[in-house]
Amino acid sequence: MLTAFAILTDGLVYAAYLFIVAIGLTLIFGVMKILNVTHGSFYAFGAYGAATAVGIYANADWPAALGFLFMITLAMLVGLIMGIILERGLLRLVYGKDEVVIVLVTYATFLILEDVIVLIWGAQSYAAYQPMVAAGSIEIGDLVLSNYDILLVAIAVVLAALAYWALKYTRQGRLLTTVIFDRETAAAFGINVTLVYTATFVIGAMLGALGGAVMAPKISVTLGIGVEVIVLAFAVVAIGGMGSIEGALIGALIVGICRAAAVHLAPQIELFVIYGVMALVLVARPYGLFVRAQPRKI
Amino acid sequence: MITREKLAGGLAFLFAAAAAPLAPEWVVSLATIAFANALVVLGLVVLWRTGLVSFGQALYYCIGAYTVALIVRWSGFTDAFALVALGGVGAGIVAALVGFLLARYREIFFAMLSLALSMILYGVLVKTETLGSTDGFSVSTPSFLGYRPHGEALGLSLYWFTLAIDAVAAVLVGAYFRSVAGSLATPIRDNEIRVEFLGVSVTRIIHTKVVIAGVLGGLGGALAALTIGHVDPAMSYWTTSGGFVFVTILAGAGSVAAAFVGSLVFEMVRSFAVDIMPGLWQMVLGSVLLLTILFLPDGLGSLVARLRKREEAKP
Amino acid sequence: MKEAVNGDKPILAVRDLEKTFGSVVAARDITVSVPAEQTVGVIGANGAGKTTFVNMITGHLTPSKGTILFEDKDITGMPSREITQLGISRSFQVAQIFPTLSVFDNMVIAAAVARRAGGLLGNVTTPVHSPDAIAEADATIDLFQIDRYRNTTASQLPQGVRKLLDIGMAVVGWPRLLLLDEPTSGISIEEKFDLMNVVMSALKTRKITVLFVEHDMEIVARFADRVLAFYDGTVIADGTAHETLDNPRVQELISGVRKPGGAHA
Repeated sequence: MLTAFAILTDGLVYAAYLFIVAIGLTLIFGVMKILNVTHGSFYAFGAYGAATAVGIYANADWPAALGFLFMITLAMLVGLIMGIILERGLLRLVYGKDEVVIVLVTYATFLILEDVIVLIWGAQSYAAYQPMVAAGSIEIGDLVLSNYDILLVAIAVVLAALAYWALKYTRQGRLLTTVIFDRETAAAFGINVTLVYTATFVIGAMLGALGGAVMAPKISVTLGIGVEVIVLAFAVVAIGGMGSIEGALIGALIVGICRAAAVHLAPQIELFVIYGVMALVLVARPYGLFVRAQPRKI
Repeated sequence: MITREKLAGGLAFLFAAAAAPLAPEWVVSLATIAFANALVVLGLVVLWRTGLVSFGQALYYCIGAYTVALIVRWSGFTDAFALVALGGVGAGIVAALVGFLLARYREIFFAMLSLALSMILYGVLVKTETLGSTDGFSVSTPSFLGYRPHGEALGLSLYWFTLAIDAVAAVLVGAYFRSVAGSLATPIRDNEIRVEFLGVSVTRIIHTKVVIAGVLGGLGGALAALTIGHVDPAMSYWTTSGGFVFVTILAGAGSVAAAFVGSLVFEMVRSFAVDIMPGLWQMVLGSVLLLTILFLPDGLGSLVARLRKREEAKP
Repeated sequence: MKEAVNGDKPILAVRDLEKTFGSVVAARDITVSVPAEQTVGVIGANGAGKTTFVNMITGHLTPSKGTILFEDKDITGMPSREITQLGISRSFQVAQIFPTLSVFDNMVIAAAVARRAGGLLGNVTTPVHSPDAIAEADATIDLFQIDRYRNTTASQLPQGVRKLLDIGMAVVGWPRLLLLDEPTSGISIEEKFDLMNVVMSALKTRKITVLFVEHDMEIVARFADRVLAFYDGTVIADGTAHETLDNPRVQELISGVRKPGGAHA
């Protein structure tokens, strides 16, 4: 019973983390048809930025409660700047090329940014545990829950609700879904596709950085965290269906619960289980749970 | 033109074979690794001609390497010919299996699923303590049909052995490119519907390409394992795959030779760059990759073709 | 249902064919048999089921009901590539060619594929530029009178040449039945007749049975031995071009039929 409860809570927390990193990836893919490998860099920069922020904050004599806000604000600012530079400076030049060529472009950018991290932060690891400690924990029966984990789940829920509301109930959001379905028509209706692209990419970048920032207190911020995230986020998004927000949510839940179950019941297959689930889903639904294969018209 | 290319390839091969005894040992060993890795690149070229990129080719590389290493470790069997053949077969079997999944996908899904598969292997190997986890384990020196060289002779034997396998692979892949299946690469990239209505299963052709690339990847990994004398999970890591993709894009899909030249240049540049600018290697890679995509989308091989065209245009 | 004009065994026999997409009936109760070497025109408004009919015969769609026999062999629901191998080819409303290759390469690949060795390794062991395939490709390029575009990249071709290349690629493998889906769509009125003259004389030379979907009634009247009229997913008239085009129901239900010789929608 306790194990089942632990699997559920751990799974939820992990799903929250996965959703936060996957939503930006799926948003950019949905609107721009770009699989953005640089998302891993956004995550890493967010995490490093957060670690720096926590460092600054810990040395200053500011109220502890605002530390978390300071951390994510700084990280998202990093995401904002990177997003604008990348979209305007580079991606703009390759729109219209093959999808796979654009993946290579984002992959090349990712390689470059990996070394930029070394140039800025060096090769050592950073710890940013302070916000997590400051948050404390609560006990439910025999189970200890970190308040920070609860906050993480809350952030994911808020993001999901916000995305749902923004896409379904705002003018801009509905415009966005128009672009998702038909770019040419959208342009014909006077939608500024260029602006939508820039905005989408920047929002995606900020979400990636946010993911890194909220995870920074829970992990050791070190080289190579970006690539793990890109592969994981891809698995989540592929299960749900690329470009679908609902898909990312369901994908994150499935992967989160399965991984938590593996950790508690069969730790040896922990890494395997995520990709195993992905392979199973894709065998049954080649384009994920929420995306239907388009029949070819001739 | 074709005969001229074959002649040039044959001469280059003979030169590469003859020059080795005069070269310093470290150059021979570097070239051996480069020519082993060139097989993996050759496999990626087979895919790239159809517009497919695998971000996880290290999967087959690693399987080839571990197959060899495990056989040596468990049975003490050291014959290089059999070992490398088994490495290729092992990787080919895995490719044939995952091919059922991969052949349904194109573009991004193909690239990323390949990556995910290679990361599964990485994850499994890292967690397997009996195989040394992240440290891997070493592979004892091979023999060649009973001949057991040591020291410098071993290095040269491995080099010639690798070169011979490369030559066979180059000839076979060249023949494949000229076959019906090989010539369907561009058509499949251009218009799959028409290919199906010509009476060909696109899925099966792509499956074949995945297997060919897998076997080549396994052969490359097997040779690398024997040359380095050690295997570890990093052989399956995404950076290893990334390096292979890098050489492929840089070399272009135009010719078989480009894979070998590209791989050799890559290893040479890496050995210098790591000395001169340690820590900036990925930045160099990324920048060169970006510049290639932006300004030379058909790869360095296309420069040769362009020069030749200009030459032909002259009266 | 009118029987085939000559008493020979039909090359194509379709019985009770039906296709539904969910609750939408795209085609129903189609029963037609076509004798060898006949040229059959298929007319009807958009959405009347013509392309669905063609797509079912060529295996792009699986019929919900009914059977399709080709040379007495049941091909119902077979994948298109197997149907192609049996001797049924098709061309497309929008030319399906390989835009980055030259006309010759398009043709020689189609020829080599059609002539490849069988078996598991047929694709791998047959060279694409065999003397046979080259000769066949050049013969077909000549047959369709596009030899002056032989080395042009397909994406640079004028619309009419694209269509000819598309049909040529379907013909280069010597099919016995060819389905042309709107061969003149996208072609200017002045060019249509020239294009159809080239196509039909080429097909006659190779003794190919033809089914062609067409909106232009002048073309239909000029080239079809027999005309099938589709309305609401089924065949409402089947006879010689004259009989079908003079049928009052056809004139009532299919626009463009009433005024042969006039302008067409």
